[in-house]
Amino acid sequence: MLKKLKIIIKILFIYPIIIVSANNSMATEGLDLLKNKWSFEGLFGTFNRASLRRGYQVYNEVCSGCHSIKLLSYRNLSEKGGPEFSREDSKNIATSFEVIDGPNSEGEMFARPGRLSDKFVKPYPNVQAAEAANGGAYPPDMSVLAKARKDGANYIYSILLGYEDPPEGFELDEGVYYNKYMPGHNIKMPNVLFDGLLDYADGTEATTQQMAKDITAFLTWASEPSLEARHKIGFKVILYLIILAFVVHLSLKRLWSRIESK
Amino acid sequence: MSTSYTILVMIIALLILFLYLSWVFVSIKVANKEQNEENTERRYFLFTASYALGAVAVGAAAWPLIDQMNPDASVKALATIEVDISNISSGKTITVLWRGKPIFIRRRTQQEISKAQNVNLNELKDPQKDEDRVKKSEWLVMTGVCTHLGCVPLGDKGDFGGWFCPCHGSHYDTSGRIRKGPAPTNLEIPKYEFVDSNIIKIG
Amino acid sequence: MSEEKYIPKSKLGQWFDSRLPLLSLAHHLRDYPTPKNLNYWWTFGAILTFCLIAQIITGIVLAMHYVAHADLAFESVEHIMRDVNYGWLIRYFHANGSSMFFLAVYVHIFRGLYYGSYKSPREIIWIIGMLIYILMMATAFMGYVLPWGQMSFWAATVITNLFSAIPIVGDSIVGWLWGGYAVGNPTLTRFYSLHYLLPFLIFALVVLHIWALHIPGNTNPVGIDIKQPSKDTVPFSPYVAVKDLYALIIFLIITAGFVFFAPNILSHPDNYIKANQMVTPTHIVPEWYLLPFYAILRAVPDKLGGVVVMFASLFILMFLPWLDTSKVRSAVFRPLYKVFFWVLVVDVIVLGYMGAKPPEGLYLLIGRAATIYYFAHFILVMPILGFKEKTTPLPISISDPVLDSDTKITNHR
Repeated sequence: MLKKLKIIIKILFIYPIIIVSANNSMATEGLDLLKNKWSFEGLFGTFNRASLRRGYQVYNEVCSGCHSIKLLSYRNLSEKGGPEFSREDSKNIATSFEVIDGPNSEGEMFARPGRLSDKFVKPYPNVQAAEAANGGAYPPDMSVLAKARKDGANYIYSILLGYEDPPEGFELDEGVYYNKYMPGHNIKMPNVLFDGLLDYADGTEATTQQMAKDITAFLTWASEPSLEARHKIGFKVILYLIILAFVVHLSLKRLWSRIESK
Repeated sequence: MSTSYTILVMIIALLILFLYLSWVFVSIKVANKEQNEENTERRYFLFTASYALGAVAVGAAAWPLIDQMNPDASVKALATIEVDISNISSGKTITVLWRGKPIFIRRRTQQEISKAQNVNLNELKDPQKDEDRVKKSEWLVMTGVCTHLGCVPLGDKGDFGGWFCPCHGSHYDTSGRIRKGPAPTNLEIPKYEFVDSNIIKIG
Repeated sequence: MSEEKYIPKSKLGQWFDSRLPLLSLAHHLRDYPTPKNLNYWWTFGAILTFCLIAQIITGIVLAMHYVAHADLAFESVEHIMRDVNYGWLIRYFHANGSSMFFLAVYVHIFRGLYYGSYKSPREIIWIIGMLIYILMMATAFMGYVLPWGQMSFWAATVITNLFSAIPIVGDSIVGWLWGGYAVGNPTLTRFYSLHYLLPFLIFALVVLHIWALHIPGNTNPVGIDIKQPSKDTVPFSPYVAVKDLYALIIFLIITAGFVFFAPNILSHPDNYIKANQMVTPTHIVPEWYLLPFYAILRAVPDKLGGVVVMFASLFILMFLPWLDTSKVRSAVFRPLYKVFFWVLVVDVIVLGYMGAKPPEGLYLLIGRAATIYYFAHFILVMPILGFKEKTTPLPISISDPVLDSDTKITNHR
């Protein structure tokens, strides 16, 4: 009994050691990011639909001019676990964009309105065009951005709110901006969020902080559309396994009781 | 479709678990031989409960492994297509790809329509009225896959003014019905509807 | 093994069994006499077998959707995550499953180190186990390259470059591994092919591993030889089978915790950036289970030296049965060795931690100290301790009661 308890305790320590050391070992510069309490954090986290819809609006009106999100399809906007626009609305969003298709029977590429099955259109046809239009820096594709940075949601949120004047004596090159939370403090993206920048469709006041929160939620969903399903199924799986463990444990005791008595 | 898969998977999982556990169970019986069998009912209930819970767990674990072979979301997104038919002139056929197969959309001439409607059903291997094959008689929408062995028939060919399949010589008429050759049934009509007079939604 | 020949009950069974003795094999496995005092550290063999089969199944399923081409690999993994039914679940299970596989293998190896499982007559089991471990690391390394993220690409570059340290033939070997002048598409496709192949070699070795084990039978926590079968043993099924099953369920709960609630915590965020030959990540880090070897590699200032010492740290384990000179098998009765065992555990964890840090300053110093201790443990401590240590008295059998309660007789609990 004591031995088993020791084993359980050891296992309970391996978990946190791994998590703590994993978090620490990945730290590059230990920048203290702005932390927000996200609805999708934690074991039972879910997305806020309204926030995701506003976030889509921010992406569409602010970010999509430079950043592609090419692994997302328009149909994802109406699928479960995301902004859950109606299928009609998603379709209208898709048709509002022009997609290059082809070649047609004349061998030419042609433009047509987008469909649900299409991927999000890109602002630039390729990486080189994107770099050329942005002073040599490529605005990264945002499909998995929230997973490609440590503590991705807080990272994105911090960068967006981290623009400020450089401290005394800090040298900035032409076309480079100072950002408090960017590793190295140099960022080629200018500040893009200002109060009242856009009119939210649901009437929420579009403050810089609100927009930063909404776009962060949207990008987190874009990186992990299965997050809600994962949490839901995970809860059921672990609960079930615990019940199963209990029943099997009883069976084990019952079986081995014979050996004790022999 | 998914319910039958779930049932199939549960049956297989239960079968495998039953085989393993009966092996275990037999061992228990063997171990029991010298023992007084006290609390038999409670013991067997406990074991049965374990088996049942275990079987459900195995089935639940196996289901995603089976379901992943079903069409994925990107394939299902292309399950329905919309085709603009406004540019098709009379007597012309266009071919579109739907679910990986060619679909013939033909704007039939009056001559072709009359010919199709006046055929004696007794002459047909697969009797079907032309009216039952089209929604608007001017528009013939059908799957361009020969019902013999799957080749794509060629249009404006054959002895019946319709299509001819070069692989084994099946002839289809102006309604896409099999008239001569080894194909057993008429060219299949997919599920479709007119969204408006210019657009057909297939699937 | 002393067993009477098994006669199947049915005529059909007898006909089949006399031609291919599968029923006899099943009977042997069912009744296989197992010491009744095995504790939960012994369940990891079964857990590992499950892990291998689970990885093979999830891997084969992933292979139905993955595309092994440098231009498409990253996108195909995202296609699995987003479009394939339960693709996210299967992918996360496979990725975290490999971490759990290594966690279990380390527990299994350290169990062997503590209880002297490698000692005569089980040397071959141990050596086959080491071969399995090496193949596991090769498989995991190649598997990590497949998503073609930044870490995939650059870890492949760094590790394959190691071979250039070999004098004369080094550069040719590297070019041969790469299939080109740098890591690229040919590297990806051959790694995919080998990643698919190696697990089946591992499976074959596991069969040999278990076969070799069944000749002398399991050792046990007190390390004394017992007659099998006897009153000291129980038939494998149901007693040990159900115990292994129980341990497996607990193991799966931990796995589910990672898969469903922290699926990316053990991997590196940089691997969600598509591979770019022009940009090297600031810190190239392998997966956690390779970190101790990474630390040893970087502890040595010389390139070839680092490679040699790293491989030496692996191969020295093969000689363990002969490096350990103690007549007593289990650490339960070796008070001094017990201490050094735990020092080794801490040492390996420290090495792992250093492997994730940049090799400079204090980190490098600690890494070097830990490397030196690692080798000292096997080359100096174990041989010397075998001769010098005063061991505590062994019990007569595992069933008989013991007079001195300090000598911990472990029973099945």
